[in-house]
Amino acid sequence: MAKEQQKSRVNDFVLKIANVNGTGSASANSLLMKTVFRMGVPVSGKNFFPSNIQGLPTWYEIRVSKDGYLARSGSVDVMVAMNAQTYGRDLAEVAPGGVLIYDSTWPRDRQLARPDIEIIGVPLARMCNERFSSARTRILMKNMAYVGVLAALLALDRDVIVALVKETFARKQALIDSNLEALELGFTYAREHLQCPLPLHVKALDKTSGHIMIDGNTAAALGCVYAGATVGAWYPITPSTSLMDAFKSFCERYRKDPDTGERRYCVVQAEDELAAIGIVLGATWNGARAFTPTSGPGLSLMSEFLGFAYFTELPAVVFDVQRVGPSTGMPTRTQQADLIAAAYASHGDTKHVLLFPADPRECFEHAVAAFDLADRLQTPVIVMSDLDIGMNDWMCRELEWDASYRPDRGKVLSAEELEAAKAFHRYVDVDGDGIPQRTLPGVHPRGAYFVRGSGHNQYGGYTEDAAEYTQVVDRLAKKWQTAAELVPEPVIRRGRKESALGVVAIGSSHAAVEEALDRLAAKGVHADYCRIRAFPFGKKVRQFLEQHDQVFVVEQNRDAQLRTLLQAELGYPATRLRSILSYGGLPIDQRCVAEALEQHAARGVAA
Amino acid sequence: MTSIAKPQIVHQGLKRNALGLTIRDYEGGMSTLCAGCGHDSITAAIVQAFFELDIEPHTVAKMSGIGCSSKTPAYFLSASHGFNSVHGRMPSIATGANAANRKLHLLGVSGDGDSLSIGLGQFMHALRRNLDMVYIIENNGVYGLTKGQFSASADVGSKAKRGEVNKQPPIDPVQMALALGGSFVARSFSGDKEQLVPLIKAGVRHRGFALIDVISPCVTFNDHEDSTKSYAYTREFNHRAIHADFVPPAAEIKAAYDEGDVLSVELHDGSRVLLKKVAKNYDAGNRGAALEYVRARQRAGEIVTGLLYLDESSPDLHAVNGTVSAPLSELPYEELCPGRDALLALQKRFR
Repeated sequence: MAKEQQKSRVNDFVLKIANVNGTGSASANSLLMKTVFRMGVPVSGKNFFPSNIQGLPTWYEIRVSKDGYLARSGSVDVMVAMNAQTYGRDLAEVAPGGVLIYDSTWPRDRQLARPDIEIIGVPLARMCNERFSSARTRILMKNMAYVGVLAALLALDRDVIVALVKETFARKQALIDSNLEALELGFTYAREHLQCPLPLHVKALDKTSGHIMIDGNTAAALGCVYAGATVGAWYPITPSTSLMDAFKSFCERYRKDPDTGERRYCVVQAEDELAAIGIVLGATWNGARAFTPTSGPGLSLMSEFLGFAYFTELPAVVFDVQRVGPSTGMPTRTQQADLIAAAYASHGDTKHVLLFPADPRECFEHAVAAFDLADRLQTPVIVMSDLDIGMNDWMCRELEWDASYRPDRGKVLSAEELEAAKAFHRYVDVDGDGIPQRTLPGVHPRGAYFVRGSGHNQYGGYTEDAAEYTQVVDRLAKKWQTAAELVPEPVIRRGRKESALGVVAIGSSHAAVEEALDRLAAKGVHADYCRIRAFPFGKKVRQFLEQHDQVFVVEQNRDAQLRTLLQAELGYPATRLRSILSYGGLPIDQRCVAEALEQHAARGVAA
Repeated sequence: MTSIAKPQIVHQGLKRNALGLTIRDYEGGMSTLCAGCGHDSITAAIVQAFFELDIEPHTVAKMSGIGCSSKTPAYFLSASHGFNSVHGRMPSIATGANAANRKLHLLGVSGDGDSLSIGLGQFMHALRRNLDMVYIIENNGVYGLTKGQFSASADVGSKAKRGEVNKQPPIDPVQMALALGGSFVARSFSGDKEQLVPLIKAGVRHRGFALIDVISPCVTFNDHEDSTKSYAYTREFNHRAIHADFVPPAAEIKAAYDEGDVLSVELHDGSRVLLKKVAKNYDAGNRGAALEYVRARQRAGEIVTGLLYLDESSPDLHAVNGTVSAPLSELPYEELCPGRDALLALQKRFR
């Protein structure tokens, strides 16, 4: 790599750490990422971890990007190879001109050579073994030792690292001491033995102010708290578990009566997801805002009740933090492969409102929106997050809160309204928007009605009559049209020129698409981009598709589920929709999108 | 859930309760079950119990799953809120309802298919949570709506209408409830209203999960000779171990009981349950002994009935959770949202 090129890599490279899970590397890695963030340089971190507690390979990929690109870049510039088991593939993954750092306590496999990269050995284990006495400490401190090495090689701000160590281990002085010691070990070694910093390093900027680093599950949980949710039900499942953990911890902070210590919330750990969704429905039937976080297998189990809720018209908020399917699949890897399962969950004619947050900030916002929509529309709303958004820390703009916000509880009749009314009929379309009125148990004698999943007429009575049944399900279809007007609109980015080329994506694919479009634009190829944020799709999505001869649909599943939904729901011809798919379980990288679009553009030029 | 509306005729002479309501106000639609179905007698007992308890109908939520028994909420308390859920999942609906609104009176009606097969997990977990509700199993040992298959509560050796003999051991909700820590475990017989009505009343006032397993013969598919859930068999082998009388708060205990034969248990609202021994050697305060007794009588082909175990001190879902006393659904939004400043302060953690 020429010197000029290397210089341009300041604040623009990918660092990957290969390790063994259960060795405490997670805190060292997030500390590295946060250091870059606090130095004012945009950064993202992706954790690739096994479905296991201890002993299997794990990787952490940190992208430093002065331009603020937060998707995976598709290549690795600096590899810290701490796991002998994966050394071969880790070595192979380094881009030409890159750097590999390994633990030289043990001889590395010299059969595996790479003359085109720089290989740096640091005796990390030996240094830690000499300095620390307990076996566990030696293992843990090896991680802080490589942080020290990287601090020297990448010119990281040591004061920032020291401050982070102190914050991380706030109440444990002994841990602070040993971590700082290990940090110093690595740092000093690198300074004495290696040329520091590398041409590729970090230099302080001011591009992260007004931003936070937060994971989507935490942000979504915060959204539930701010939306006023009081009942949560769940069954533990990766990668959604941390959402309920976060909700409980926020509630312990904000929802306990200061005098009595009594809780203004109730979380039920259910026996399974069949019960979790039932608990949510029992609670919303009674007027509480209630939710359940889950993932693919849980969503499958919830299907029967989701159809019930659609038909009986009860609100529910479900977070589907998607992981790799089918079946158990790969629980700790990411995908967007529950789209069709969620959109049409359950038997019979059912359709569900879906929201597609693209980052943790939107997880927060969509959580709040989900409760409002569920209440307004009296139907389940499923927030389609995924493992990448849910469990990784993302840099995003600070969360904001409009103090004038009040929940939209929809058409719930109060005791006064019931008192004044002549009669109440549960499923009559009083306003012509397909949304009926509802009542809550215990409020007023006139509000009593029977919730039944069996055929019912517009008065809520049992029916097996064709006309009465048809009237109800046709009104539900009308309500679906109303939903299309109420859900969040797509975010549309226009290319600089009139473009016949369109790109459509959802959720966590967004960052990769944005970057790919910038790269393409730099080469003179312009495309318009529509980031869909909800299902049903709505007018603007339809217009976008109609305006473009050729539309690429970017998604993270094998079967092009989003494309299928677009075809099925909007009647858009399959020939005009092309797929860019990424479904191996790692978050989509920008290269995958850019290359597909470039190939298309090249063909267009040739034609 | 079919039902036929009853004509609204109120006779002047009808007795009124403390709310000024008559028993008609606690009835529901006309039953569409088979004539003579045990479930209809349970429906009548529910109507009477709620009438006598002076409970406002709209503060009651009657819930069920799927099956003949689960149709019955249409036949009582028509002024109450109803919830006919999916098969075997009523306990989760009840859990959510209670989580959101702890003031509501929850009455679940289920069957042996709904609770002991498809919904066994949910039934047991609601019991484990000691959910504050009355849970009635209308137990007839057979699937009625699908025409006569054995259910999980069928006894070994019991013969189906079509002739086959059940060889698998039954799941007994009473024994399971005793083993799993149930706080109110009762069994009754649909033909014994005198026993059933006070059980339902005590169950409503009990804070926690009140299980009442009611043997309720299916006249169409399981009332023949060689069935152990027929009217004839249940009448013959009903072993009334203990009788529960329900005494509302501040009411006097009028009947005279022999010292040592009656145990008075005070419930949370100040009402009392008088447990009167019918079988001399039965101890309703001893879980292990109760379980052993029920088992021994079962081996002899008998059905032990009565309020078989009562523990008023078990914490319910909200006691365990430490929830505020007001229903969560009634808390004003201002008490739930931490506000803008809190969000700003919190985010320092994420920098």
